[in-house]
Amino acid sequence: MKPFTYERAKTPAEAAAAVARQPGAKFLAGGTNLLDLMKLEIETPRHLVDVQDLKLDRIEPTTDGGLRIGALVTNTALAADTRVRRDYGVLTRAIVAGASGQLRNKATTAGNLLQRTRCPYFYDPNMPCNKRKPGSGCAAIGGYSRQLAVIGSSDQCIATYPGDMAVAMRVLDATVETVKADGTTRAIPIADFHRLPGDKPHLDNNLEAGELITAVTVPRPLGGTHHYEKVRDRASYAFALVSVAAVIQKDGSGRAAFGGVAHKPWRVEAADALMTQGAAAVTARAFANARPTEDNAFKIPLATRALAATIAEGKSA
Amino acid sequence: MKFDTPAGTNPIDRETVVGQPHPRIEGPLKTTGRAVYSYENHEAAPNAAYGYVVGSGIAKGRISSMDVREAKAAPGVLAIVTADNAGPIKKQGFYVAKPLAGPEIEHYHQAIALVVAETFEQARHAASLIRVDYARAQGAFDLAAARAGAKPHQRQPDVRIGDFDKAFASAPMKVDATYTTPDHSHMMLEPHATIARWDGDHLTIWSAQQIVGWARRDLGNKLSIPQDKIRIVATYIGGGFGGKGSVCSDAILAALGARAVGRAVKVTLPRPLMPNNTTHRPATIQRVRLAAGRDGKLVAVGHETLSGNLPGGGPEIAAAQTQLLYAGANRLNLTRLATLDLPEGNAMRAPGEASGLMALEVAMDELAEKLGMDPVELRILNDTQVVPGAGPGRGTSTDPQSASGNQGKEEQGPRPFSIRQFIPCLRTGAERFGWEERNPKPGSRREGRWLIGMGMASAIRGAPIIPAGGRVTLDGKGIVTVESNMTDMGTGSYTIIGQTVAEMMGLPLDRVVVKLADSNYPEAFGGGGQGGAASATAGAYAACVKLREAVAMKLGFNSADAEFIDGDVRAGNRRAPLAQAAKDGAITAEDKMEYGDLSKRFEQQTFGAHFCEVAVDAYTGEIRIRRMLAVCAAGRILNPITARSQVIGGMVGGAGAALMEELAVDKRFGFFVNHDLAGYEVPVHADIPHQEVIFLEETDPTISPVKAKGVGELGISGVAPAIANAVYNATGVRVREYPITLDKHLTQLPEIV
Repeated sequence: MKPFTYERAKTPAEAAAAVARQPGAKFLAGGTNLLDLMKLEIETPRHLVDVQDLKLDRIEPTTDGGLRIGALVTNTALAADTRVRRDYGVLTRAIVAGASGQLRNKATTAGNLLQRTRCPYFYDPNMPCNKRKPGSGCAAIGGYSRQLAVIGSSDQCIATYPGDMAVAMRVLDATVETVKADGTTRAIPIADFHRLPGDKPHLDNNLEAGELITAVTVPRPLGGTHHYEKVRDRASYAFALVSVAAVIQKDGSGRAAFGGVAHKPWRVEAADALMTQGAAAVTARAFANARPTEDNAFKIPLATRALAATIAEGKSA
Repeated sequence: MKFDTPAGTNPIDRETVVGQPHPRIEGPLKTTGRAVYSYENHEAAPNAAYGYVVGSGIAKGRISSMDVREAKAAPGVLAIVTADNAGPIKKQGFYVAKPLAGPEIEHYHQAIALVVAETFEQARHAASLIRVDYARAQGAFDLAAARAGAKPHQRQPDVRIGDFDKAFASAPMKVDATYTTPDHSHMMLEPHATIARWDGDHLTIWSAQQIVGWARRDLGNKLSIPQDKIRIVATYIGGGFGGKGSVCSDAILAALGARAVGRAVKVTLPRPLMPNNTTHRPATIQRVRLAAGRDGKLVAVGHETLSGNLPGGGPEIAAAQTQLLYAGANRLNLTRLATLDLPEGNAMRAPGEASGLMALEVAMDELAEKLGMDPVELRILNDTQVVPGAGPGRGTSTDPQSASGNQGKEEQGPRPFSIRQFIPCLRTGAERFGWEERNPKPGSRREGRWLIGMGMASAIRGAPIIPAGGRVTLDGKGIVTVESNMTDMGTGSYTIIGQTVAEMMGLPLDRVVVKLADSNYPEAFGGGGQGGAASATAGAYAACVKLREAVAMKLGFNSADAEFIDGDVRAGNRRAPLAQAAKDGAITAEDKMEYGDLSKRFEQQTFGAHFCEVAVDAYTGEIRIRRMLAVCAAGRILNPITARSQVIGGMVGGAGAALMEELAVDKRFGFFVNHDLAGYEVPVHADIPHQEVIFLEETDPTISPVKAKGVGELGISGVAPAIANAVYNATGVRVREYPITLDKHLTQLPEIV
């Protein structure tokens, strides 16, 4: 771990300004991912701005009937919220499918969106990795890639976004609210929040330097039945091989987002439109341009079968 | 004491303390955080500096340059130990890879430096400032590709009995299948950890070591320190599974670091360093050929196994148990070893049997299906009460950790088993598990989205007994203290040795103090090869026999007549309190149990049967275990609580091996990629819903007067194939490459869309 300095900000604007002011500064919330990466010197911030005092830990109704989830609401609190459990079941199910109780107690809503990839080559500083060290190459391509991306990848990176909560946020069409260093705010649709790796795989998302997430909003409830199907090798405490967040309506229509397959939660709206035709039709469209490796080609039939399970579950609900 | 004729009745047979379900006597210390593990021994080394191990960034080649100037100048840094300044390190001992490399690199993450600093954080940061340039060399990292150069190995000579080829060719029913098992990491909870302190030319290490005697021997040899100048203390160990069989880089480098800075140094291996820096269970490729008549009787049994290792390392002896498990006149048993440049393969949790049964017992399941015979009945039909064939059987113990020289080596002619309750294990298990509910037609039982299957497998595991000593002291308060360098990895050694002494001296367990795992105590081998419990309790027995004689003499009893009961010594109508013997001063007795040729005359094994029910998600192919049962016949069960813990722990290991554990090899860079606990998955609680263990009544008088055998490794042997067979019964898809992950059968599962 490289030596670093530390401060606790009092307001969101002050926090954003503090990070923007100092090259190499980062926000610190729950720290469940950042501190691990700092110990391995994969993240080497020179300065940490702790945001825990910003009072962004409330869940409030929005004027259009949705919910505004403060950036610092913990995963545990969000999953347990009665409004979330009633109207946004997919979100609760996704969150409790991830990590462990202890981690969910620390992890925050904003921090969880910023979770970095779990590509094993990213985690090993001896290996070339364009995400960790731009221009160094990608050891995962041609290497052990069972967990890695099958779609939206590039010749420079095949990492996946590993989280569960964001996959549910994507199916709910959530919006990420931020404040920038100059005090201005903006709202980023979740679809545009995470990036594909392209030729800049070191960038996970479209936040600017010093831009701080203050909240995530979800629009008014969709109704239907809510599903989160997380497929993994062991029963708990594992990243998804494939996950499906889905909301299925009584008439068989619905929407689905996939986790564990790309550099961002993967959803193709044109594929959602095929939901009444069944899982195979949806995934044929959603994974139309997939380029899996030999190790992870199974994820595509797995995505189909996992979606089929959720559709069947929706019908029987 | 020499044990050379089968044991008669002795005080252990009373089973007033031995055999009783005592909770672990050190348990409260552990559950309240007061048990001091090696890395935490601040009392022994209050001012210890911190060492941080730097691992090689390449798998094979040379360090062309190493610049430590910036690291050395970093805050808090006291010294940097490298091959340039460490002095000679000899390459001898249980582990063949060098604990400190340079300039030659033998494997990925091999230690190339130790940074010693005032704090852990300073040492870790300075380690990142060391600049290393490497010259990479070509290496061999692919076991299948290295097959051409594979050779036999002296530790397991080829066995050819009868005419295997002819018998196999002409038999009506046969299986010829190849199975693969991947590299496995021990991943015990406590990482390798050591504090080293020099007092003049005398070195003490507090170190997580399974076998104190081997640690002292290898540390002395590698660093050219006389053994009488070394003390090893391993009071508590947070698991080992074979990974702490002798000194690794943490211990060697802590000793060198402490010498360099002139004060105590503590070193632990960070989790991501462990799989590549230390040892692992090597991958195997196994071909099993079984041939039977239409009646199911085996006529040809062939098992060939291939594994790889660094030059000088040994093979995974995965085929040897096949010589002992089933009858059959024509036999072929070949062990081959290829040279690889991956990290060192060595002992892990039932080395040999655990991997070998993963192949053999699935092949038996395949044969049963071909024969249309119940898998339990097929195994019963092929039971043997003597070691099949007149050949040498197995050359040595399958376990390098047990390494007992007295396993039947030059024996000629059929050798009987000392006791073989294999059929009772199978029958009991079938009955208790409800085996008759199994539908032999695979893929035929469904509950909602789950495909349900049942499977079973046989278990066999050697029961090594190794010479061991003990020292017992009776004090004036009637307390007996026993000392032995046996270790306790969380297994229950403290408790069972205490129970043995309590039984022998006629005391309740709370009148016995047990002191273990210090090289100042009498040599008692240690924890490994499932040999520790039997060996160390026999050593304690020998010491107690001597103490009983001394007590009897002191109290004026004829020692042959004296009984030790309820804190008294009795003979005829006379009795005296035990404590009275020590009223003028403590009495100490020390002895060692040594062995004659019983383990040559008898094949000493433990037997078992594992049963498992699984559910496979018809949609996703995910496999979830529903329930598991183990039936074990393993000599006298010294303590049903600790023995059960051993077995259920082994079953968890078997579940991991069956369903998830795999060190993924990057064949380009030559290393295990998933080298942490996020990437290397082991079972979590949710994977293990229900486990049951049944111990059959058994004593084995050919082993020792205690008549006990080890049981921990029996607990893993046969588990993974029982699960594999259950998965097949659920799905009808036979996966022969472990682990059985969903991707290997997904597209062959029933269509669902």
